[in-house]
Amino acid sequence: MILDELSASRTRRTLSAGARALRALRLDGPLTGVLAVILCLGVLVVYSASGQNVRMVERQLGNIVVAVTALVVLARFSTPQYLRLFAPLAYALGVLLLIVVDVTGHIGKGAQRWLDLGFMRFQPSEIMKLAVPMICAWYMHERPLPPAFKDLVVMAVFIAIPTALVVAQPDLGTALLIAASGLIVMLLAGLPVSIILLSIPLLALGAWGGWHFVHAYQRERILTFLNPESDRLGAGYHIIQSQIAIGSGGVFGKGYMHGSQSQLDFLPESSTDFIFSVIGEEFGLLGQLLLLGLYAFVIGRSLYLAMQGQDTFARLTGGAIALSFFVYVFVNAGMVSGIVPVVGVPLPLVSYGGTSMVTILAGFGILMSLHSHRKLVGS
Amino acid sequence: MIRRVRIKDHWGERRVFTIRSIVAGVLVAVLLSTVAARLFYLQVVRYAYYSDLSQGNRVRVEPIPPARGLILDRHGVILADNMPAYQLEVERDQVGSLRQLRASLARLAELGLLDPEDLPRIEQTVLSHRPYESVPIKLALTDQEMAVFALHRFEFNGIDVHTRLSRNYPFGPLTAQAIGYVGAIGPRDLEHIDPSLYAGTTLIGKLGIERTYESTLHGKPGYREVLVNAAGRPVTREGPYRPKLKTQRPVAGSDLVLSLDMRVQRVAQAALQGLRGAVVAIDPRNGDVIALASSPSFDPNEFARGLTFKEYHALLDDPSKPLLNRALQGAYPPGSTAKPYYALAALHYGVVTPDEQIFCPGYFHLPGSSHLYHCWKHGGHGEISMRRAIAQSCDVYFYNVANRLGIDRMHRFLSEFGFGMRTGIDIPGELPGLMPSPQWKRRAFKNPADQVWFPGETLIVGIGQGYMLATPLQLAHAVATIAARGRSFVPRLVIGIRPPGAKHMIPLPPIPGPTVRGITAAEWQVVDEGMEDAAKPGGTASRVGMNAPYQIAAKTGTAQVFSLRKNEKYNEKTINADLRDNALFISFAPADDPKLAVAVMVENATGEGGQVAAPIARKVFDAYLLPPPTTPTTPSGAPRPRQGATAKQ
Repeated sequence: MILDELSASRTRRTLSAGARALRALRLDGPLTGVLAVILCLGVLVVYSASGQNVRMVERQLGNIVVAVTALVVLARFSTPQYLRLFAPLAYALGVLLLIVVDVTGHIGKGAQRWLDLGFMRFQPSEIMKLAVPMICAWYMHERPLPPAFKDLVVMAVFIAIPTALVVAQPDLGTALLIAASGLIVMLLAGLPVSIILLSIPLLALGAWGGWHFVHAYQRERILTFLNPESDRLGAGYHIIQSQIAIGSGGVFGKGYMHGSQSQLDFLPESSTDFIFSVIGEEFGLLGQLLLLGLYAFVIGRSLYLAMQGQDTFARLTGGAIALSFFVYVFVNAGMVSGIVPVVGVPLPLVSYGGTSMVTILAGFGILMSLHSHRKLVGS
Repeated sequence: MIRRVRIKDHWGERRVFTIRSIVAGVLVAVLLSTVAARLFYLQVVRYAYYSDLSQGNRVRVEPIPPARGLILDRHGVILADNMPAYQLEVERDQVGSLRQLRASLARLAELGLLDPEDLPRIEQTVLSHRPYESVPIKLALTDQEMAVFALHRFEFNGIDVHTRLSRNYPFGPLTAQAIGYVGAIGPRDLEHIDPSLYAGTTLIGKLGIERTYESTLHGKPGYREVLVNAAGRPVTREGPYRPKLKTQRPVAGSDLVLSLDMRVQRVAQAALQGLRGAVVAIDPRNGDVIALASSPSFDPNEFARGLTFKEYHALLDDPSKPLLNRALQGAYPPGSTAKPYYALAALHYGVVTPDEQIFCPGYFHLPGSSHLYHCWKHGGHGEISMRRAIAQSCDVYFYNVANRLGIDRMHRFLSEFGFGMRTGIDIPGELPGLMPSPQWKRRAFKNPADQVWFPGETLIVGIGQGYMLATPLQLAHAVATIAARGRSFVPRLVIGIRPPGAKHMIPLPPIPGPTVRGITAAEWQVVDEGMEDAAKPGGTASRVGMNAPYQIAAKTGTAQVFSLRKNEKYNEKTINADLRDNALFISFAPADDPKLAVAVMVENATGEGGQVAAPIARKVFDAYLLPPPTTPTTPSGAPRPRQGATAKQ
């Protein structure tokens, strides 16, 4: 097993050149390998889904280069100590930028999610997908687990501030993902089962209250999700076309670049949020199950690495990164197949676009760094 | 106070995390399995359903309209064909928003390509189609309009000129009455057509033959499958994705061969030029309508081209009513042209013998009444028999006949000649006319005082006046029945159908109508001779028969449009033009072997039937019965009478 090979490094057995490079870069071999496979598949699918647009593929490759660089740099050079120091800074900076975005957005009278730095455009809410779990982990690092009630309140505040700011943008989908990443830390830290059970009716109540609070378009999305046929050419169009794409793919798919739904533009957002439907149409059930399998491996391996963490910060951060990745996968795959409402969440590592790619691979970089910089002797 | 200090229990914390992670891992597995199950449901369980949907998505079936059948006259002269025409069409999703559409249409109006008054209607039409459909907004552009549009084309998105087959009537107004016209399919048409048969078709028969034989002429559309993108726009994909597309050729409509003889039709329409009137010529041997003319006429090409609101209303509001097909939509008192039928009725019921002399003092009065019913001849005809009474059109003779017959027998007998009922000709819009009877009067009037049938009314009906109304078509049909000695045929315009691709037409058999029975050959002969005498010197229609190489049998009529008050004298010059008498004429020839029956009606004529209407009938007979002149009387092409130009009165 690959795992054995790595552990065998201690016994100074001869290593292959690749494994030696991975070790030098402090990367986890199996995780890196599977991530690389997913990225390659993603590029192939983007080429098809974009209507054989070479420029988009080039840009996607650029995104991957940037994201992989982030992963390698974080894995190689960041240490758990630096990361612990960095967590509150990243959080504070993120909140500040979110406020800036909200204010300029308000002035510009429209949805504003991007910050134009001149040389690149950048979405501060993406920082928060990592900063929120890290700040929670940072907070719990020195404190005994399971968290006391006071600790829970503090973490809830840490989560609530950026979530509220992102909701105000308004970007409900990202806000939910940020909140989820924080809640995952709370759950992994040992949130009492009684509170989990108690929160279920509270969540229901919150959903009822939220119904009256959210924007009309968001309300419509939920209604359309519940009954897509009600609005065939409006919001329901996405869901219907996506299900047609997936369903018509069958077991083996229509073949690479032969998906009529995506090739003839029936499927909206086919290179971004709905790329999983393209996979379903062109590669069929087998293609989609293969990808889900790869994702499952990534999640499982990440959880395994997180469990090996030597301190609270490492474990909680790692676990949150692993499970957040699962949430992205589930929300996107669920959305395109019609079991989750349409929220603008890309399919991780496959959808066209740089922002989420950088965040996710940066997350895996942190995860691998926390794992590979373990002290050999337990504390 | 004891304060419990919690210290970090590293082993315990790791254990909590591990347990929670494992629980999370199980949850992940469950949820991913849910997704997988959902995918299995979509791709395996419901595969057929979604496969069908995706197939329907990418292939749009585009109709190919069929070529409309041609319309030919009995000698094969083309009366209606299809010509490529340039038309302006709008594709809404190319134009953009409703505002841009409005702006574009307004700009077209500014350039003079559309009438500003039509804009709301056009906008409505465009909006009623799907956004990617090409909607015609102006049919048949002229060269000048093409030039104007070409010059300004850059200003328009989604508006362009397309070549389509449009309908062309080479003879224009000459054949408008029989053939009718096609026009843009309207909401009313959509109620009674199968939209799938009309996909891609812009024009539909609105009137005349074009309407009656719509289903024969139209044909069956074909289709071609077009690869479309989600916006519904046809795409040709360069790349690996290229499915097989099917094409089904359309089936053209059948050609129709009409009974019309264009030479006769042209003469008939030309003879009416400047008048308001109608000519109907029928072959008594089979009911073929040889000519069907109404004046003034209109140019059916303008309808196929698409009239603007203004142009249409100009036609509607024209006081000479060019859109009224007087041949079958004008009901007029038949006047003295009704007399031969009453003569036959009298013989049939035996109330008069052919040789019985009736004294005409110039007037008639009912027993016990002082009201005088005048003869047109003030001095009276003296002793007069049936033959002369017909030739001289003696009113008093027929007052006596009517008085002896009574209205019920008059009604019953004239109904056998088709008076008061539609002839059943194969074009729409025909009026039934009116053959009055006491029963009819009881139904028609509300006031009980008006419901009573007066004996005097019988006399008036006996000279074809009063309530009695007939269309020129009915007059022609009835006189054709006399010509055929009681045999009748339903008048018809279509005598043959040529299916697409066939070399020869399939002739349609004549449709027999009811036969008038109970009249001996000798009795027919009396009426025949009376009508022949009318066309001879000394008869009321002597002008029709002058120098004719064949014998004509005829009856004139001059019908009052209004009733003169007592002792009032009809004076043409002091009377409003539209209240002047209508001139009527019925005839057939050759008398010994009738080949053509002709009815002529001229509204508010300056002169009696014999003077105005008879010469028109003569021209029609000559055109049909004589060999064509070596040099054509009219230059090539179709002479187009100026519309609305009525007789100077």
